[in-house]
Amino acid sequence: MNVEDLQKMALIIRRNIITMLFHAGSGHTGGSLSCTDFATVLMFRELIHNPKNPKWIDRDILLYSNGHVTPVNYSCLAEAGYFPKKDLLQFRKLSGHLQGHPSCHDTPGIEVSSGSLGQGLSIGCGVAIASKREQHRRRTYVVLGDGELQEGMIWEAAMFAGHYQLNNLCAIVDRNRKQIDGDTEEVMALEPLVEKWQSFRWHVITIDGHNISEINNAFQTAKNVNDKPTVIIAKTVMGKGVSFMENDYKWHGVAPKRDQAEKALAELGTSLDEWTNYLASH
Amino acid sequence: MSEKKPTRVGYGETLVEIGQDERVYVLTGDLKESVMVHLFAENYPKRFIQVGIAEQNMCNVAAGLALIGKIPFWTTYGAFASCRALDMIRVTVCYSELNVKIIGGHSGLTVGPDGASHQILEDIAIIRSLPNIEMVIPCDYWEAKKATRAIYERKGPKYLRLGRAPQPIVTDINTPFVFGKANILTNGNDVAIIACGQMVSESLIAANNLSQLGITARVINMHTLKPIDRDVIIESAKDCKAIVTVEEHQINGGLGSAVAQVCAETIPVPIEYVAIMDKFGKSGDPDELLEYFGLRASNIEKAVQKVLQRKF
Repeated sequence: MNVEDLQKMALIIRRNIITMLFHAGSGHTGGSLSCTDFATVLMFRELIHNPKNPKWIDRDILLYSNGHVTPVNYSCLAEAGYFPKKDLLQFRKLSGHLQGHPSCHDTPGIEVSSGSLGQGLSIGCGVAIASKREQHRRRTYVVLGDGELQEGMIWEAAMFAGHYQLNNLCAIVDRNRKQIDGDTEEVMALEPLVEKWQSFRWHVITIDGHNISEINNAFQTAKNVNDKPTVIIAKTVMGKGVSFMENDYKWHGVAPKRDQAEKALAELGTSLDEWTNYLASH
Repeated sequence: MSEKKPTRVGYGETLVEIGQDERVYVLTGDLKESVMVHLFAENYPKRFIQVGIAEQNMCNVAAGLALIGKIPFWTTYGAFASCRALDMIRVTVCYSELNVKIIGGHSGLTVGPDGASHQILEDIAIIRSLPNIEMVIPCDYWEAKKATRAIYERKGPKYLRLGRAPQPIVTDINTPFVFGKANILTNGNDVAIIACGQMVSESLIAANNLSQLGITARVINMHTLKPIDRDVIIESAKDCKAIVTVEEHQINGGLGSAVAQVCAETIPVPIEYVAIMDKFGKSGDPDELLEYFGLRASNIEKAVQKVLQRKF
């Protein structure tokens, strides 16, 4: 997809997120919207995969270590064809296959079950080290929430990837600066973040996480680094795309109510009825 | 039973054999020689991964390997495997049902002088409570070899509990090992002694001593703790009407609890437990410690006398 198509797809993903969260009645809105643009680029441009054969052994591996952003994760999987879009309306329901936090047994395209923060980068390290040693072209992408960088295990994995020069591994930090209890720098400061990663022997790229061209370029640059893993620090806005959600940490784990969903979808150029019908009929 | 050898040696040697399979990867956290994986590392350096002192990371690096079709064995001390990396074992390995082999070495009291922090006495309870994982505790060197091969051949998460100290050899190369199927080592109908790991050899000594008193004991080697062999427990309860369980583990949640659960559901019979009585370990020689914490044949014999008095 070109930049324009990716922007269009990101808009569709945002509509899906709001609509499925409204129908679920609970879930993680803020981080899903902040991840949307790079998640779209990953799924529809970067990733070498096969939605018709999710377990294809030579696929690239994409892991969401911040498991709670299932709305963006599932929306991308559905749009890519891993399962019908109407399934998004069963998000978080016993009758559906879309758990609140991802379960690889329930949902095609989910690589590993997650939900306990800080665990994904290590899994990516395992994929990357074997791929590198066996000279397989596979690339591994791990999406990290910024709050979860407070978990010690992230830095165990960072040390490992730096030590083994896993240049086939690319981490993307959703740097929206918000976590459940407030601003990351007030809850538990992460800065200086660039220097932290650099000192663990990573190549660091800082971008506007909502600029599709910058996102594209960062992924291309990462592929050309030959002696280090790359981390893309994507500066994002929690709740991006919906004015009354933007930069408000209270939207971390709350779903929109009907009036809020209507308002949000109006800003995204559709309505709750229209987008519910879109999902239900696909 | 005079010859002794650590179970970890059986593990390390067998890894070299199954290492011919190019899917096999071995990981450790700064404990290459003590958990005997240096043998694998020397033979297959490309598939050996040194993780450093980072068990949580090691568990999930192994998970990543499994995700792309490798068969990883991650090896450390049982204390760090089952406790330090528990969240990773639970959410990433077990919930995702990945083909990850977790090796808890230096388990139980008999790690000896290192003391309580290293003497894991809770791992059976912890691992037993998790869905999707299976657990084996070999009783000696030969069984460790068979158990290592069995967890390699069986798909899905596995926990293998090994010891540090040399243990009496009670089986041989030809003794059958069927996953999930306990071995009956002596025939007897007065009492069943159900044991695992190193306690199997103590149970055999106890059974021999009891036979001098005219008591016939059925010694059962419960090498697979999960899934537990329900049939052998039910049959023993039916035939012997009294059971003693023996384990190098806390009384809460281990082999004794598993056996009691099966009996309570089926044929309730008196049970006595030889185990660690809800205490932390201490530094000392392995033999001294078994004596101090009451895990000797003499303790098993006393437990048998007690359970026989309670027999209906």
